[in-house]
Amino acid sequence: MSLIEMRDIQKHFGAVIALGGVSFDVQAGECHCLLGDNGAGKSTFIKTMSGVHKPSAGTMLVEGKEVVFQSPRDAMEAGIATVYQDLAMIPLMSVTRNFWMGREPVRKFGPLKLIDFETANRVTMEEMRRMGINLREPEQAVGTLSGGERQTVAIARAVHFGAKVLILDEPTSALGVRQTSNVLATIDRVRKQGIGVVFITHNVRHAMAVGNRFTVLNRGKTLGTAARGEISAEDLQDLMAGGQEMAELEGSLGGTV
Amino acid sequence: MRRPFSSLHTTGGPAMTATTDERVKSVSGFRRAMIRPELGAICGTILVFVFFVLIAGDTGMFAAQGVMNWTLVSAQFAIIAVGACLLMIAGEFDLSVGSMIGFAGTVIAIVSVQWGWPVWIAIVCAFAVALAIGALNGWLVIRTGLPSFIVTLAFLYILRGLTIWLSILTTRQTIIGGVGEAAQGDWLAWLFGGKIFGSLFVWLADANLIATYDRGARSGQPIIDGIPMLIVWAIGLMIFAHVLLTRTRFGNWIYAAGGDAQAARYVGVPVDRVKILMFMFTAFCATVFATCQVMEFGSAAADRGLLKEFEAIICVVIGGALLTGGYGSVVGAALGALIFGVVQQGLFFAGAESSLFRVFLGTILILAVIMNTFIRRMITGER
Repeated sequence: MSLIEMRDIQKHFGAVIALGGVSFDVQAGECHCLLGDNGAGKSTFIKTMSGVHKPSAGTMLVEGKEVVFQSPRDAMEAGIATVYQDLAMIPLMSVTRNFWMGREPVRKFGPLKLIDFETANRVTMEEMRRMGINLREPEQAVGTLSGGERQTVAIARAVHFGAKVLILDEPTSALGVRQTSNVLATIDRVRKQGIGVVFITHNVRHAMAVGNRFTVLNRGKTLGTAARGEISAEDLQDLMAGGQEMAELEGSLGGTV
Repeated sequence: MRRPFSSLHTTGGPAMTATTDERVKSVSGFRRAMIRPELGAICGTILVFVFFVLIAGDTGMFAAQGVMNWTLVSAQFAIIAVGACLLMIAGEFDLSVGSMIGFAGTVIAIVSVQWGWPVWIAIVCAFAVALAIGALNGWLVIRTGLPSFIVTLAFLYILRGLTIWLSILTTRQTIIGGVGEAAQGDWLAWLFGGKIFGSLFVWLADANLIATYDRGARSGQPIIDGIPMLIVWAIGLMIFAHVLLTRTRFGNWIYAAGGDAQAARYVGVPVDRVKILMFMFTAFCATVFATCQVMEFGSAAADRGLLKEFEAIICVVIGGALLTGGYGSVVGAALGALIFGVVQQGLFFAGAESSLFRVFLGTILILAVIMNTFIRRMITGER
């Protein structure tokens, strides 16, 4: 059974058809890559999945049961966590404070309920270490971390709070080579814990590195889903760009884009 | 962010050190203790004290009465700075603080003197009205999405105008006296205008540790007859705000709301509620200030609290807070208030031209902000 299944999802904004019938599903322990060029509808689609938008038509099933999300909170409670590219973390705040934001552990001191920083710091360090990042101290500001590390804190946070499905919105698009491989390694680690990962990207090589299945979106429609080994990087690239045009462009540039 | 010492030993075991990033410089405990948001304000405080010990050390500024003098002024700044501090960290401004002080004071005077109601009811009314206006400020900012700068600027004028109009309408003048007499023996009025630890100062005077009056009706009594409740309020509010901000869930939400409201909303922080409550807290602090002042003078005046909103913001900024929100500390704001009070009263003790106060203040403001920006970049990795 799929962790989450989206059936024939449509989303209209006024006269604009942003999604014209997209079907997609995620299994436990897999990384399902969602590819598409800018404007293909990736963002609209994941926002629908994470409860920001309500679909105009189509059904969503979480572990086989039909659901309607009224807000991002509903999606979170159903175990669907989204890590947005820019909005993952607040750079001025410490790693611990970011990690626990909105769900701070408290301990009673008489009439006062104070944050249990001892627990919060310890768990933060443990979770970060499991993701392969050794923090100098959990109270350093997130701003002192690299872009890849910030994504990793956000992923660790989602995993710690029991995400079953983890949606990553272009987690590698702003990163350098080394940081990208760190994030890809993190995706692999998360997948092995039995979490279903939705990896949104427009970089075919990043997708090929970790993906189990690949779905390509183009102009609000799915162009099909392929399993690992069934499709080559070149074919994915062509599908994303809409085929013909890209092939011509590649030819004129004398290589792969 | 605020506990540089903790968890150093518990988390940095030998298992980790082997894999620590070689490009992260090891940082000494001293440096970690020093690099904190309040550092600029701490340096400023030391500098200001050294300066005044040198130029006004022999003027009585540091005798008991002088200390009480600038402590009282600093406490006044601290009360409004605490409110402005939390609000600024939550990402908003309140420019109506000064007008709120005048307005709340006038409400107390009208209800108690003109209507003849008990003073405690008048004080409760003032707080209720102020909290409602604070909530309205916050609600307008949230609902319209306008900058709080504009919304509260409007209330700066609205409240000041209402204060003068109400005052003239009820008494035909802009100063309403008689509150002092009405407040005699009132339990709630004592909470704002009273003094505590009187016997301690009698004891200190008997032990010849502080001076006594040597003539007049109060001859033999210590020149300080107790700690004014204003100072108690300032200390109480500072402790409350500091614990709230650094140790509670709500405090974490204040930082989050100011740091990045959208990111905070995505993880379920009730950003709107946090911001509105902070506007109300600022109004509460302004009313505490107003009530103490009315009890001290025994009157309310329509021009009270002029420019207080800027003085509060200056204290907070000297204290290391970021104007755009998400960063700052109550300890810093309190030190900012101390600097402000010491400079204002110190120049008076030193016999300097009083207009120089503003020159001095502006200079300190610039220096503190430059230093704070530098420190903040070190802490948060901003570039």
